[in-house]
Amino acid sequence: MEESQLERENAMSERIGLRGKAWFQALTGQNEARKGDPASVLTADAMIGDERALFLCVIPNPGGRFPCARDGQVGLEEGYTLAHRVREALNADKDKPKSQKRAIIAIIDVKSQAYGRREETAGLFLAAAASSDAYASARMAGHPVISFVVGHAFSGGFLTHGYQANRILALDDAGVTIHAMHKEAAARITRRSVEDLERLGQQIPPMSYNVHDYAKLGLLHQLLHVESPLEPNQSDVDKAKRAIIAAIVDARKGPPDLGVRRESRAAQKSRKAGIAARALMEHQWKKV
Amino acid sequence: MTNAGRQEPELGEQMEHIEFEYPNAQRRMTNRAHVGVVGSGDLEVLFEPSERAGAYVSITTSVNGFRNAWKAVFDRFFSKFDGSARVQVNDAGATPGSVLLRLEQAVEVLGQ
Amino acid sequence: MIEANAIPAFVNRGSFIELNGRERAQALFDRGSWRELVGPFDGVESPWLPMQGVAPQFDDGCIVIKGKISGKPAVAISLEGAFQGGSIGEVSGAKMVAALDLATIDSRDGSPTAAILLLETGGVRLQEANLGLAAIAEVIASILELRQYAPVIIVIAGTVGCFGGMALAAGVSSYIVMTREARLGLNGPEVIEQESGKDEFDASDRALIWSIHGGEQRVGMGLADDLVEDSVDGIGSAVQHFVTAGKPAQHRSEQVGLYRRRIATLDASSQIDPLALREQWKSLNSKGRTR
Repeated sequence: MEESQLERENAMSERIGLRGKAWFQALTGQNEARKGDPASVLTADAMIGDERALFLCVIPNPGGRFPCARDGQVGLEEGYTLAHRVREALNADKDKPKSQKRAIIAIIDVKSQAYGRREETAGLFLAAAASSDAYASARMAGHPVISFVVGHAFSGGFLTHGYQANRILALDDAGVTIHAMHKEAAARITRRSVEDLERLGQQIPPMSYNVHDYAKLGLLHQLLHVESPLEPNQSDVDKAKRAIIAAIVDARKGPPDLGVRRESRAAQKSRKAGIAARALMEHQWKKV
Repeated sequence: MTNAGRQEPELGEQMEHIEFEYPNAQRRMTNRAHVGVVGSGDLEVLFEPSERAGAYVSITTSVNGFRNAWKAVFDRFFSKFDGSARVQVNDAGATPGSVLLRLEQAVEVLGQ
Repeated sequence: MIEANAIPAFVNRGSFIELNGRERAQALFDRGSWRELVGPFDGVESPWLPMQGVAPQFDDGCIVIKGKISGKPAVAISLEGAFQGGSIGEVSGAKMVAALDLATIDSRDGSPTAAILLLETGGVRLQEANLGLAAIAEVIASILELRQYAPVIIVIAGTVGCFGGMALAAGVSSYIVMTREARLGLNGPEVIEQESGKDEFDASDRALIWSIHGGEQRVGMGLADDLVEDSVDGIGSAVQHFVTAGKPAQHRSEQVGLYRRRIATLDASSQIDPLALREQWKSLNSKGRTR
């Protein structure tokens, strides 16, 4: 009990975005953006198992052109760069048989989307849509798209970078949070205290900030425990690679849509009402 | 419903679920009606033919402690309406006047 | 408010914005051709809202109507902006995804079925957080499937507008129809002021808000397709036009090269003048020519 609270305190004092860079480097051996790309978007083709895959990660860029996108937020440049690099792989592999379409692996530790006037003026919603589109189009074309959440995955940032994946993996660690809105902002908007929100999260799994509760929703392929989540050691990296490879194999076996997210045993429990709504819609649709 | 403004429930407070029966409402119904939207200070109502004789009202409300007010409204409504109806309400703090208005709108729709 | 199989004539001359989510969807269809699916009488509600003392709605704030528009099969999915800000929860999201997927199946089987999404929404319903967010990811995926076969048409009329994750859904769609009153953006003014301060965005400045998020600006920027007066006839005609037009030549969210160039030439050293940006982008159109 004491140990996990210490873990939690360490996690809270961590800067977001450092895990992403650490894991990207550990998995690909590279740590810089490609020429012409903003420093906030790391992309690299690297081997995983026997095959080459495209890895992508969004990291903080204190020197970035956009003041509201310097701290690991997903902004205009990030959205379109991700879209560009994913589509580049999609086009390069377009005539290849499905088994040879390269895996696309999103490493995720993003603070949120960028909250800025420039961003809204220039249509950030479309930059986010373009990236989401690219990832989904790759998945639909037969590329296995894997998301590996190593830190934070919030809201528009996660929709843009990672949530279109065939399979989602997450580190089993107090520093990993998948959610729609940061606690303070969510508390303000729903007119509750942060403590109330945390208590609600214990009773209501979809509201929880704890990744173990997220896992109950049936959306996660695997929760992965490693020894050193902030600075992965060799054993951590090997474990992650094995898990990612297994997810790639599993994704290739299944259909290219997101139906698996409704079919898991956990989903059948946690998403019962949505599943029932869908079944009823299917039944009634035929009669019109 | 509420007699004053909207109230925020305390954390952990349950929704209030209220039921009434009106055994004298015996007229068989053939239509159904849905009116309203569950906005703040508003409510929605479903009217359907009841399977058993009599009328059966079931209210789900986010504002607790107004059972008597609800009873007064529905007693008054069923003193004039005699349909054997299953009535369901989702309420987010409507005033008695708003409730009566929605019930009257529902009667209009049933008559169409 | 009044459930009927025929919209009275006086409504047809009137405001679209004044209609509720159900009436808006009904108004789009050929008379007598439509039916609501998984409606309020089926009572598929949110299991999560009552647990928090929040009153549910019998249709969970999402209305699905299937029928014909200009004689062609279509489905309308309408969010009720007055219920929880039109936000996406487990059930409302599932209804939207299911309707899109069923339209895709019909389209693949030889009966192209357009989808019209009437979006008055702030995005994820925070009381259902991760299930709402996951549903939006699935909505995006399902739109991307359907748009290959039939147009996915977004209608944003106001007054809630389309914000949050659902703005991405709008972004991947075939066409976007807006009124002047309507707004479209990823982040609303309050959330930007909250996260980045009042200097970044003064949420009380209505002129500023509409100059950036408003329908006229979005259409002027080429980020939406049609600016329509707030009338049932006007919006109905716009929808009929796009249903008949079918798939666009290219989807906006596929035009990555164009938008990368546009963002690269953006001067981010100070705030951007919205009207000036309209002109700048017009001269940098997809064919690289000045119009």
